[in-house]
Amino acid sequence: MKVVSKETISPEVEPIDPAAVKQELLRKVPTKVARKRAKQIVINSLAENQDVPEIGANTRTIPGIITQRGCTYAGCKGVVLGPTRDIVNITHGPIGCGFYSWLTRRNQTRAQEPAGENFMTYCFSTDMQEEDIVFGGEKKLRAAIQEAYDLFKPKAISVFSTCPVGLIGDDVHSVTREMKEQLGINVFAFSCEGYKGVSQSAGHHIANNGLFTHIVGLDDTVQEGKYKINLLGEYNIGGDAFEIDRILKDCGITLVATFSGNSSYDQFANSHTADLNTIMCHRSINYVAEMMETKFGIPWIKINFIGAEASAKTLRKIANYFEDPELIERVEEVIAREMPEVIKVRDEIRARCQGKLAMLFVGGSRAHHYQELFAEIGMKTISAGYEFAHRDDYEGRHVLPNLKVDADSRNIEELEVHPDPERYRPRKSAEDLARMQENGFRFKDYDGMMREMAAGTLVIDDISQYETERLLEIYKPAIFCAGIKEKFAVQKSGIPMKQLHSYDSGGPYAGFKGAINFYREIDRMVNSQIWTYLKAPWQENPELAAKYACD
Amino acid sequence: MRAKPQPYVSTTNACKLCKPLGACLAFRGMEGAVPFLHGSQGCATYMRRYVISHFREPMDIASSSLGEKHAVYGGGPNLKLGLKNVMAKYQPGLIGIATTCLTETIGDDVPMLVKEFVRDFPEVIQEHGSPALVSVSTPSYSGTHMEGFHAAVAAAVAQLAAQGLPHDGIALFPGFVSPADTRYLKEILADFELQATVLPDISLTLDAPALVEYETLPSGGTPIPAIRALGGSRAAIEFGRTLEGQSSAGKVLHDRFSTPLHALGMPIGLRETDAFFSVLEALSGRGTPVNHELERGRLIDAYVDGHKYLFGARAVVYGEEDLVTGLTAFLAEIGVRPVLCASGGRSGRLAEAIRDVTQDLLPEPPLVREGVDFYDIAEEAEALEPEILIGNSKGYHLARKWGVPIIRVGFPIHDRFGGHRTLHLGYRGAQSLLDRIVNARLEAKQEASPVGYSYI
Ligand code: SF4
Ligand code: SF4
Repeated sequence: MKVVSKETISPEVEPIDPAAVKQELLRKVPTKVARKRAKQIVINSLAENQDVPEIGANTRTIPGIITQRGCTYAGCKGVVLGPTRDIVNITHGPIGCGFYSWLTRRNQTRAQEPAGENFMTYCFSTDMQEEDIVFGGEKKLRAAIQEAYDLFKPKAISVFSTCPVGLIGDDVHSVTREMKEQLGINVFAFSCEGYKGVSQSAGHHIANNGLFTHIVGLDDTVQEGKYKINLLGEYNIGGDAFEIDRILKDCGITLVATFSGNSSYDQFANSHTADLNTIMCHRSINYVAEMMETKFGIPWIKINFIGAEASAKTLRKIANYFEDPELIERVEEVIAREMPEVIKVRDEIRARCQGKLAMLFVGGSRAHHYQELFAEIGMKTISAGYEFAHRDDYEGRHVLPNLKVDADSRNIEELEVHPDPERYRPRKSAEDLARMQENGFRFKDYDGMMREMAAGTLVIDDISQYETERLLEIYKPAIFCAGIKEKFAVQKSGIPMKQLHSYDSGGPYAGFKGAINFYREIDRMVNSQIWTYLKAPWQENPELAAKYACD
Repeated sequence: MRAKPQPYVSTTNACKLCKPLGACLAFRGMEGAVPFLHGSQGCATYMRRYVISHFREPMDIASSSLGEKHAVYGGGPNLKLGLKNVMAKYQPGLIGIATTCLTETIGDDVPMLVKEFVRDFPEVIQEHGSPALVSVSTPSYSGTHMEGFHAAVAAAVAQLAAQGLPHDGIALFPGFVSPADTRYLKEILADFELQATVLPDISLTLDAPALVEYETLPSGGTPIPAIRALGGSRAAIEFGRTLEGQSSAGKVLHDRFSTPLHALGMPIGLRETDAFFSVLEALSGRGTPVNHELERGRLIDAYVDGHKYLFGARAVVYGEEDLVTGLTAFLAEIGVRPVLCASGGRSGRLAEAIRDVTQDLLPEPPLVREGVDFYDIAEEAEALEPEILIGNSKGYHLARKWGVPIIRVGFPIHDRFGGHRTLHLGYRGAQSLLDRIVNARLEAKQEASPVGYSYI
């Protein structure tokens, strides 16, 4: 073991060829495994027609490599349903799964009135014991639901199944149906056993189905407001949703529901009264948007509030959708008011960050969105990848018709949805839609991450711990972004590491104020003095390292 | 003492973690070991993120990544492929395979699968330096992370230690203590000039320095040859009063190799530490080294000085059973009145252990509750009007609700910095805990004062 000391630091730079890097990443694994991994490690290129190479994604993780992926339960309970404050979530299973998803995601929430309910600080579990595994856990689940009801009298209770539940054959749905009748409140269950999908992605889909089946559309009250939208795939980490909320309010745009940062049960129930669905994280939530469009006639668009320029673009896109000059003007005013401060800070920091390299391996959308923020301060993304995304998130939605449906995806139910006989109301007529599209307005579209990345950059799906270590050694980036599981391994290599799941207790990073926060944070990290003591040799000269692959 | 039947069927805000997590922590304290969970990958990911948020250190846990198909047909092929991949990437010294709820429910026979693997792939194993393969059964639906921890240590000893030449070394099984505790224990043993194998040893693997070159496997941990040689130890020491009557590493040594076993309480506070030092004196044939004598003396001096701030303060203590027992022993010594001692564990031994360590110090024994969660603790404690909470981060919301200080000890600590460097054991640990408790009391008093004296 070599401990860092000043003497061990000396500058050293070597040229980098992405094809050689790919070889290096595959070198140590058995041939069969290497063949599979080779499809998931792609050297990016852009064809004339903007097409990017095909990447292997959403396939099973290879046993024994240390994946950063979670499970179906994590995607369903932890990600999508977790941030809602007034539904009591009961984990049906042994204690661990529930414990580990207990307030670990830094989703913030604000109860409306002082007495407003917030159950997010609680972790309810049936804590199954041996006898429940042997004789079945339905009785215990019933009792747990009753207890949760007696304690809190909530509007709704939801149940999440973990691995053993599906195996022993507990019928959670019939238990919840019974309890719903008995208690007179909404009670529903998710069969989100961890083994069901290849990653948390399956859990997102199951959660979307459940939300849509059990809550969306229960309350037809139409709220005041001229421009009513839903924000989908925003989970209010570090207060992002609060900043977005502030901006939308300033623009006079009414947010009916957020799925699911800072959300409440009533918002979901009422969300079908909005006139537009805007999607931040395409991966985790596009199913709800699709279903709402079919059933209620609400169109959806892809937006992004990560990055100041991206936020401005998003606001303009929303305003254009409503085709109302008053809103268009209002949005321009807000942008004009917010941007000067952003530009001031950005320019100052860009001078110090220009040309430095970033790597992002996170989530199903953030590895894409955060490239915007880095670009704004002149930093280059040399390599990026998702943990649990599908090909459309990498290559764009045009690949959807060609996606192979494998056994794991078939496992997850595709709901059959039809227009609601009474409530289907197309927000835009077919002619309007056609006209708008002709003018370049894009509905239901997402270009994916790779089109926005430079040729020669490396795109890696489901990166393993080992590959991460090799990449760091080879590229010596100025910053590496991922989650807490990678954090300390990366920092031990002398490279600053920014968590983009939990934001390292920072944030917000969305919107205009968020962008400023992020520039400052990255400046602090990549230009910190501490790294001159701990830094690996190559980092003495990051600009040189930057020259190779992505120019 | 009151023993009330468990009032709730469900668990609200658990005061325990799951079994394989404990096993992974124990394996992490063995040199060159990679913990490996046989099951769906979610468990490994969850446990990694949890362990990492406490230790702020890397923690790799491999998984056999089972899917629905494997849940039906068995996870053997994935387990074997996973073992090969781990060997290829890590060249590990040991792979510690723990089961999860999934593989326990479907009934995968891991010891048999490992045997098949060894039989079918001798070249693979050899090519990668013949790592030791240790397996342990850890269904979370019976027992907590502590049972998982002890089971993994016992499994390593049972599967690796062989009848060997008797040697002069002793074995120390400290249980789940912090890296700082482990470092300190090794220092004490060295000062007694005792040759000892501490198992597990997370002092470096879960608290490592900044490095020039990242180590895929962290340095440190109990050397595997030392574990193999445990059969020849001349004595063993094991901490944990609630371990009595359960299988444990110390008992494995005792039963297999007739190694004399000194079963002690976790040495927290003066008297439990004195008991530990007496054993060391006996085993080393020498008196307590003077630096430790002095530490002990200073501790007593501090007990006297601190008494006026602590006397009669009502405390709630919660966490793992042996930690709670040790802390309670210590609190009773310094004049604090433990009013509730609670644990999510359910050994059936906690009440007795606590009675044993407090009976001559407390006029009436504290209320002891096993197998409880934080909801129960809150209900139970409310009427007891606690003035101080001692336990892990999960009790914070109660402390906040009641407006009383919380002293963070044990695991997990994820709302303070340096939780893994917390020292609990020995004279030094007691000194540090005492200082923290007194200061927390002073701070609370100062904050509450309308004047705000700075001279108190
Ligand atoms: S399934 Fe079992 S082993 Fe896995 S996290 Fe849940 S309780 Fe722990
Ligand atoms: S994989 Fe299964 S058992 Fe493990 S955490 Fe996920 S739901 Fe729980």
